[in-house]
Amino acid sequence: MRKLIFGLFIAVLPALGLAAGAGVPLDHIETDHTDKQSLQSGAALFTNYCMGCHSMEYARYKRVADDLEVPVALYEENLIFTGAKIGELMKNSMSKDMAAGWFGAPPPDLTLESRLRGEAWVYSYLRGFYKDETRPLGVNNVVFANVGMPHVMVDLQGLCAVPPSIGVGASVEPLSGNVKNGDACPEYAIEGSMTAAEFDKAMYDLTNFLSYMADPVKVERERLGIFVLIFVAIFFVFAYLLNREYWKDVH
Amino acid sequence: MQKLIQWVDDRLPIVEAWNKHLAKYYAPKNFNVWYFFGSLAMLVLVNQLVTGIWLTMSYNPSAEGAFASVEYIMRDVEWGWLLRYLHSTGASAFFIVVYLHMFRGLMYGSYQKPRELIWIFGMLIYLVLMAEAFMGYLLPWGQMSYWGAQVIVNLFGAIPVIGEDLSLWIRGDYLISGITLNRFFALHVVALPIVLLGLVVLHILALHEVGSNNPDGIDIKKNKDENGIPKDGIPFHPYYTVHDLLGVGVFFFIFFIVVFFFPEMGGLFLEKPNFEPANALKTPAHIAPVWYFTPFYAMLRAVTVDFIGLPAKFWGVVVMGGAIAILFVLPWLDRSPVRSIRYKGWLSKIALAVFAVSFVILGYLGLVPATEGRTTVAQILTVVYFLYFILMPFYTRMEKTKPVPERVTG
Repeated sequence: MRKLIFGLFIAVLPALGLAAGAGVPLDHIETDHTDKQSLQSGAALFTNYCMGCHSMEYARYKRVADDLEVPVALYEENLIFTGAKIGELMKNSMSKDMAAGWFGAPPPDLTLESRLRGEAWVYSYLRGFYKDETRPLGVNNVVFANVGMPHVMVDLQGLCAVPPSIGVGASVEPLSGNVKNGDACPEYAIEGSMTAAEFDKAMYDLTNFLSYMADPVKVERERLGIFVLIFVAIFFVFAYLLNREYWKDVH
Repeated sequence: MQKLIQWVDDRLPIVEAWNKHLAKYYAPKNFNVWYFFGSLAMLVLVNQLVTGIWLTMSYNPSAEGAFASVEYIMRDVEWGWLLRYLHSTGASAFFIVVYLHMFRGLMYGSYQKPRELIWIFGMLIYLVLMAEAFMGYLLPWGQMSYWGAQVIVNLFGAIPVIGEDLSLWIRGDYLISGITLNRFFALHVVALPIVLLGLVVLHILALHEVGSNNPDGIDIKKNKDENGIPKDGIPFHPYYTVHDLLGVGVFFFIFFIVVFFFPEMGGLFLEKPNFEPANALKTPAHIAPVWYFTPFYAMLRAVTVDFIGLPAKFWGVVVMGGAIAILFVLPWLDRSPVRSIRYKGWLSKIALAVFAVSFVILGYLGLVPATEGRTTVAQILTVVYFLYFILMPFYTRMEKTKPVPERVTG
């Protein structure tokens, strides 16, 4: 019984962390699902850096290849590492039980992450890692306090020595002309291969891709929506005329 | 064609039915914009039934497969995303039109004699609709589906003596599980829709027996011409069928803006935590029911004191149930000699306005996390909600009413 209570307590802990993180300021992002180049770059980043641990188990490779205009052969060769067929769901090879042993909790499926937490959260989280020796993995995140995930893109971004300023927004000082908070991280403990601007763009692409994955039909839906509304508007005109014709003799 | 109709009519009174309910059903000619919502509710009901049937074809009602099957519908089923958004947006649209329809009834005294039964059938429809929506909300098997159901079913546990066993009986398990999901699925797609359709038929039959009310609240049957047709009446078909098409046009325009451009409606129609599969070990930080339940949820939370040895939670359930139950006796609370708000006194006008505002604010309070200040406001508004009904026999009798015209105006 005591074990069970302890187990429940441990299980509730991440939820408490989430509750505490609810008020964290976030960087705004405007995603664009029509920018295929950005989505392709995001897909490449996701496959190389995220998919080792995180699945996209509600989506299929084929749909992504088609929507992103990547030829199937090219997609299979470069973006499927598990030997899965192109029509299969985007699962990964890591077993949930083992992952739970390594990280404390299995890495969540990310198909719907951007609709669950919001695009701004994802974009800020990806850029929110910093060095924290008190944590088991040596890193922490300003958006997700005491995060269990390592900073997998450390070779790209480097590792920020102090908590980066997220959700502050860049501003120009009127007198000196200096850009304030242009770079979220003032000082790096480890240098990465990308500049801050390059990394921000890469994370924009990755967030854009996650946003697309959560709502793949968005572009098509909004395109159709216009036609549907035009149809309803025309219908209304005829309904109005019909109604006027019938009602003209009612006084 | 004529022969075929004659053949059927000799065996089934279809011509009589057509005349009774459409071609020779005389409705007052002064219906205003508030009278669109009855037919719109019917339209949304049809939408829910049709999209619901197609969703059922691809949905998997099991704890293991439900969440994935919804995503399968969203991604792999042809037009599945449209079916689901029509259904999920339709659920909210249903409550919007029903709330406006009910408010119309309150404004124009549509529940007064001889329309008490229409009102009661309507209230039963509302009650079944709430059950239908509640059970349907569990089916996507997301975090909010799960914990919302957990909270609501646990409410039954607050009833003394039988409570715990009752909630156990509803769930079929010690916590919300696949067993609960399966029975909610059965009730949502078979049992409750049948009851709902039956009640809609009764609602309309009762309406057509006594005739429609109107914004003036006068009885058009008192003024008939030599053929026995009300002077202020016009045949429902074709006048109101073409008229309702206008309402359909406007409604669809707004409805499709939501379906195609804002299907989540900023988390109001599809709540964010529901994009994560149900997890019995992880409680969301903030559990809020869908917006159409929040006024009653706010009343439930507003009760914070234990009373005569029973816990506050129990009294919260009593208040919540009472808030719905009191609507049923409304026809006998209104003692006004006139029906319509147009001819009632200023006391009734103020009471209705305050009531409507309280209901909306309670809806907001039920949506956001409770704080001390908010709970106080919710307590005051809960009292206001009940006072609207409890004081109604007095203020409707006391106030000075305006004279009602002989014939309908405008």
